[in-house]
Amino acid sequence: MILYDYVLSPDCYKVRLLAALAGVKITLRPVDFHPGGEHKTAPFLAMNPSGTIPIFEDDGVILTESSAILTYLAAKAGPAWLGDDTPEMRGRVAQWLAFSQRLSASIGKARVHDMLNKPADIEACRKAGTQCLREIEAALVDQRLAGHDFLAGDRPTIADLACFPHSMLAPDGGISVDPYPAIRLWTRRVRALPGFIEMPGIHRLHDLKPEPGPIPERV
Amino acid sequence: MTANPMIDEWYPVGILTELSPEGRDTMLMGEPITVACDAAGDPVVTAGDGRSLPVRARYGHAWTSLGTPAKELFDIPEADQPGRRLVDVGVVRVKCSPLRAVENFLDIAHFPFVHTDILGAEPNTEVQRYEVQIREEVDEVWATKVKFYQPQAAKSAEGGITTDYMYRVPAPTVSILYKTCPPRPGEWDVITLFVQPLAEDLCEVWPWMALFDDQTPMTDLIHFQQMIFLQDRSILENQLPRLLPLDPGMEIPTRADLTSVAYRRWLKRHGFTYGAQLVAA
Repeated sequence: MILYDYVLSPDCYKVRLLAALAGVKITLRPVDFHPGGEHKTAPFLAMNPSGTIPIFEDDGVILTESSAILTYLAAKAGPAWLGDDTPEMRGRVAQWLAFSQRLSASIGKARVHDMLNKPADIEACRKAGTQCLREIEAALVDQRLAGHDFLAGDRPTIADLACFPHSMLAPDGGISVDPYPAIRLWTRRVRALPGFIEMPGIHRLHDLKPEPGPIPERV
Repeated sequence: MTANPMIDEWYPVGILTELSPEGRDTMLMGEPITVACDAAGDPVVTAGDGRSLPVRARYGHAWTSLGTPAKELFDIPEADQPGRRLVDVGVVRVKCSPLRAVENFLDIAHFPFVHTDILGAEPNTEVQRYEVQIREEVDEVWATKVKFYQPQAAKSAEGGITTDYMYRVPAPTVSILYKTCPPRPGEWDVITLFVQPLAEDLCEVWPWMALFDDQTPMTDLIHFQQMIFLQDRSILENQLPRLLPLDPGMEIPTRADLTSVAYRRWLKRHGFTYGAQLVAA
């Protein structure tokens, strides 16, 4: 399994994160997205005419949408990440996978505009991104009232992994996450999952690490 | 209105291989400028009022100045050493003071917490004593004999090593670091941070490297450095106060902050205060 990867891309990171959490090895092929623009060169356009990354390749299957890659990788290496095989959970997972496209188109675009000088209608991106965050916040509050900690149920699924990176990286594009306590608790839960890996802008939870020194007898 | 001595300094404004005849519109210390190239591919920088600005093509980047530089662009002798790979890492915009971007680059103590398991790791968090001086003869800030334990010091490093560092500030928004070169003991890898001040609280950062590393693909070298710098970016954008305070107030510097203290002192001495806060903080 090969992931054509860019270290700063949230959509590539989702795939790396699932692979780490599911304990499956994938081969990373770095793509010079910035400054080189390698994803727009002929060999890459031949694999993916839309000129985007990630691109995922396995046994002759080529996938270029992060939600499809998450689905494939989970089905192959960690079926528990797909959620339960019930209409309700299947539907919710599919809902959030589709929703994550809106995050890429709003927060993702605002981020590469503010960070890498890529063109965007920045005000429109920030407005749409804020709307997305409000919808996630409301959904997480509803989930909590139903006794569930994650977007699609009581355990993490690819729905969470699809929406988590952009939710945390919104400040990179000038969109504050301060007003959303449910999102902050949820991203904390995701970061506390065993096997979690970080990306630039998404720090690991240092406070979960054991203290380096001996525990004092009294304070 | 007081004079701004930073007007007469050199600043990076583009990657040489990316220049186009149409040019790129950007800013330098609040002034709109256009960075283009002529028929020979040499950089041409024009100010908003149409005047031609001085240019230099060096270290992979185009350099310019809004004023009349008294000094030639600083020298990095290693840049011309045969066998080095020169890496244009690409621009990253950061909503922070250009001086804070440089100061963060000079700091070692944050490595285990921001660049965890790469440039540092708990519990090896101690910054050992090192030496700092303002070298009067060249008018540069230098930190030497800096040592730090690093799990993965460079793309070419395998496993943890204690890395030696030297830091150098030859211009107000430029920092150069020299570090242990894993494949070539005795030589130093050169990693720079060239900062273009767009405004007092906004900058574009052009990292550049001159490395001895024949193995690692260019894209991996770029990604490694972008990963490191983007880990810093989210921290830089949250630092308060936004402008760099040049006088101590509430802050209590520690021994590990010696380079930062010298940098701030050097800035103040020269009146390099674009992006600085003159009220103690």
